[in-house]
Amino acid sequence: MAHSLSFNIEERTDSESDSNPDYEYDDLGVDETAQNSLRLVERPAVRTQRCPPPTHSDVLKENSGADSLQRNDLSPATLWVLSSMPSRTAGSRSIYRPGGHSSQPHGQQRSRLNQDNGAPPKVPDLGKDRTESGLENFLNAFTETTWQIHLGSVLSHFFFTGNRKKLLSNLRSLSVRESMQKLRCMPLSLVEKIEIRQLAIRDVSKRSLISRNVPCYSQCIHSFRSWCSRSLPVISSLQLWHSALKNLSGRFGTGVLSYFLFLRTLLLSNLLLFAITGLFLIFPQAINPPHLPDNPMDNPPDSLSNFDLLMGTGSLSQSLMFYGYYNGSIIGTCAATSLSSTDCAQVMLYSIPAAYFLTTIITFFAICIILVYRVSTTFGRSFHILEAPRMMAVKVFSSWDFKVNKKSSVKLQSKKISTQLRELLSDAIGGESEKSWTQRLFRLAVRLIAWTVSLASIIGCTLGVHSMSEAHLTKGKLGGFDLLLMAVLVSACNLLLPSIFNLCAWVEDRDSPGDQVYVSIFRNLLLKVCMVGALCFRWLKRIAMEPESHGLQCWESFVGQELYRLLLVDFVFTALHTFLGEFLWRLFSRQLLKQRRKPGFDIARNVLELIYGQTLTWFGVLFAPLLPAVQIIKLIVLFYLKKSGVLLNCQAPRKPWRANQMSSLFLFLLCFPSFAGVAVTVAYTMWMVKPSRGCGPFRNLNKMSESGHLWAQQQRNSHLSLSWLYWTYTYLVEKPGVLFLASGVFLIVIYFKTQVADGQRRIISLLEKQIANEGKDKEFLIRRLKDLSKA
Amino acid sequence: MPFPEESRLSVVRLRSQGFSGKRWVINKQSLRMNNSMPTRLHGRYHELAPHLVPMDYTNDPDCKLPLALIVNMPELKENPFRNRIVEAFSEDGMGNLSFNEFVDMFSVLSETAPRELKAIYAFKIYDFNVDNFLCKEDLEKTLNKLTKEELTPEEVDLVCEKTIEEADLDGDNKLSFADFENMISRAPDFLSTFHIRI
Repeated sequence: MAHSLSFNIEERTDSESDSNPDYEYDDLGVDETAQNSLRLVERPAVRTQRCPPPTHSDVLKENSGADSLQRNDLSPATLWVLSSMPSRTAGSRSIYRPGGHSSQPHGQQRSRLNQDNGAPPKVPDLGKDRTESGLENFLNAFTETTWQIHLGSVLSHFFFTGNRKKLLSNLRSLSVRESMQKLRCMPLSLVEKIEIRQLAIRDVSKRSLISRNVPCYSQCIHSFRSWCSRSLPVISSLQLWHSALKNLSGRFGTGVLSYFLFLRTLLLSNLLLFAITGLFLIFPQAINPPHLPDNPMDNPPDSLSNFDLLMGTGSLSQSLMFYGYYNGSIIGTCAATSLSSTDCAQVMLYSIPAAYFLTTIITFFAICIILVYRVSTTFGRSFHILEAPRMMAVKVFSSWDFKVNKKSSVKLQSKKISTQLRELLSDAIGGESEKSWTQRLFRLAVRLIAWTVSLASIIGCTLGVHSMSEAHLTKGKLGGFDLLLMAVLVSACNLLLPSIFNLCAWVEDRDSPGDQVYVSIFRNLLLKVCMVGALCFRWLKRIAMEPESHGLQCWESFVGQELYRLLLVDFVFTALHTFLGEFLWRLFSRQLLKQRRKPGFDIARNVLELIYGQTLTWFGVLFAPLLPAVQIIKLIVLFYLKKSGVLLNCQAPRKPWRANQMSSLFLFLLCFPSFAGVAVTVAYTMWMVKPSRGCGPFRNLNKMSESGHLWAQQQRNSHLSLSWLYWTYTYLVEKPGVLFLASGVFLIVIYFKTQVADGQRRIISLLEKQIANEGKDKEFLIRRLKDLSKA
Repeated sequence: MPFPEESRLSVVRLRSQGFSGKRWVINKQSLRMNNSMPTRLHGRYHELAPHLVPMDYTNDPDCKLPLALIVNMPELKENPFRNRIVEAFSEDGMGNLSFNEFVDMFSVLSETAPRELKAIYAFKIYDFNVDNFLCKEDLEKTLNKLTKEELTPEEVDLVCEKTIEEADLDGDNKLSFADFENMISRAPDFLSTFHIRI
């Protein structure tokens, strides 16, 4: 919205300056605008009589066509009128209210630029200097835009001398956090900001005893944070792979970069996951290994062959890796030993089953909170519900990617932008091109065929996986290469089907590339969901329900092994695809098709593969606690693999890629179908499925959730002071009513927010109409003023 | 320049390259960059003109590097707006940057600078004739730089007209900062494209 300096014309009396109206936007009737503009008309009549006529600015150049208001034509009086118009001064008044916090009109949520500049400067006097440069200075002083843009001009001088006090007082009247936010948004140089900050904060700390404690506390936090980021450079997310990402963004732009940033995000979340499980689950069990199982059949061989490593069988199956290793014991460690050092004064009990159960719940909870927070912040930024279609202007000003610095990529980018602009232009001019009936029918038929082919392939693959799984299960004892075949089949489907989808998309040839991307994402997503669904069905309905019929002592370990195999085979196939597939395709297109163009990097497909891998990992936390470690290693290797693949084989994408929207969409996909599905399945497993008798920490229980219940009971019995814990646990976790209550509150909040957004949308449209009306008022006024000054 | 919420300034000493004397009072959090960034930035500034840039800032030297040196940085060399970027951050408007202004420039162009700040400087950059308005000539120059003169003059004309038509709210046939900011706030990609990694 427009804003400008508000002028206190010193020649006028104080009463006049006070009577400058505060333009509130509560009532957006047009009469008010007219009223205000009439009020303003009175003053300039007086003004023009007093003010000496400027030299050349009264020469009127009448332009035919659009009534362009040439800046040079206007007298200073006119300029004063223009700059005092309601839209220009809206918001800038509000900061002068005592009590500090700027109240802003409805539709304007962001801080106004020069609200903080304190009292307006004096109107410069033209009388002395009538030369052209003097007039230029004078006109500059009256410009409607912010003085901050004109650093080094007349007005910044005003800021430094007169207005600094007002700015400081304004900053001090706000809370520390808000004043820092405001200062952050001001386009001053570093040195000035430091000075202002020092002045503002120094006075704040002088003010009261209470506020003196606040800087101390925040100083502690700050020093802790800086110590953390200094001592753990790898964890500091800004530094990891910084130069590699810079190189990639320089060559390929923001779209491809978003894939690698997503990979890095997943890596960090897996690190967190591994840290939590490692600390609370793996480490206690590692230092207290369970006794060897009594059954000699289950004694593993001592060596670990490569095949075992791939399959997850052999001695690996009896390790920390899988569920079966963990036993249901309660580990006692000595907390304090007496001087005789033979007996423990106090034994700290650590129950492994309870730890297993609670750790899983806590990790899921933590990830849920982080994901929801990230999705909510990025979603708001990228998908504007209040977005108006301003494609051309937005394209012109925000499509140049400043990160790209390689010459060939820059050329490609210019070409891309000019193509997009041409497309937009042809849309704007030509409108929707009229297609004949036959063409439309043909298009429809092609689309139907493409959809049928893709859906049929998805269903076909799902049925294939399902039937193979059934065939395996009915075969009896499971083992050997058959198990590997399952994983290979799933990974092969995941690899081949996206290529089919790409082919369908190429055949369809949609008009807008955005639509194409969404359709391709949807198809890939559907494929992955069906695959994971088939696998879950296999594990939970078949294997978990009747483990003995398949010869399994420990079905959870088996499921963990399957997940492990799936992750590994998926990784192997991805590596093969990157090296062989893209490399060979490049050679093929170069030699045979004689095209100089390298293939593009399919961002959607790769991101969905990452999401799929992450889904499997999350699901596997319950059955194979070390699986996040495997995923971490896999992601690190994948980063370098994909990076070299992209640098060697691909070129910058030719189609536009809305990076911000896509990133938030991928995060949303990670949260909603992926994480939500896994959470529901794990909850089902923990609450409904019977754990196996022969192994694992829950071997004596009917349900995994009972361990938590028992632990809470134990705590209540041993420490009566913790009975509230038991009470909270029972009521929060066991009763479903809490969930209903939480969802109800959530829905109410969502409804409220949508209503607020709706209201804001309406207000914005009204405000835009007001601005347009003001423009017309301005023209009217200027004509009147010209007539008056002529007369 | 982005600032953190903490109420105290912490002094970061630039240890590398034998920095001595009065240290730069730069709050490293304020630069929204990681630990080594101030050092790294000074290193980059120094290597542009090793004989001109002093290592010792005790006497607060007034050292400015000319435009020609700065636009040769690899991050800026191929950017069509490189001259305007450097001019927008220089105090004299001619493109001569002191170290402060150099840091300012990369800070505003960093990932975490606030949207309002980026909008202000983007407006300055696109305003070729520095009259605080984006008039048609400014837009034409912008387009020519964007598309490397691939569009015909008629197409450029049409695009400019359409842009002004879309974004101009008060009907004066040019874009003031208010119009620009209003339009750019609806651009979801602006934050990620108006960003240079260093």
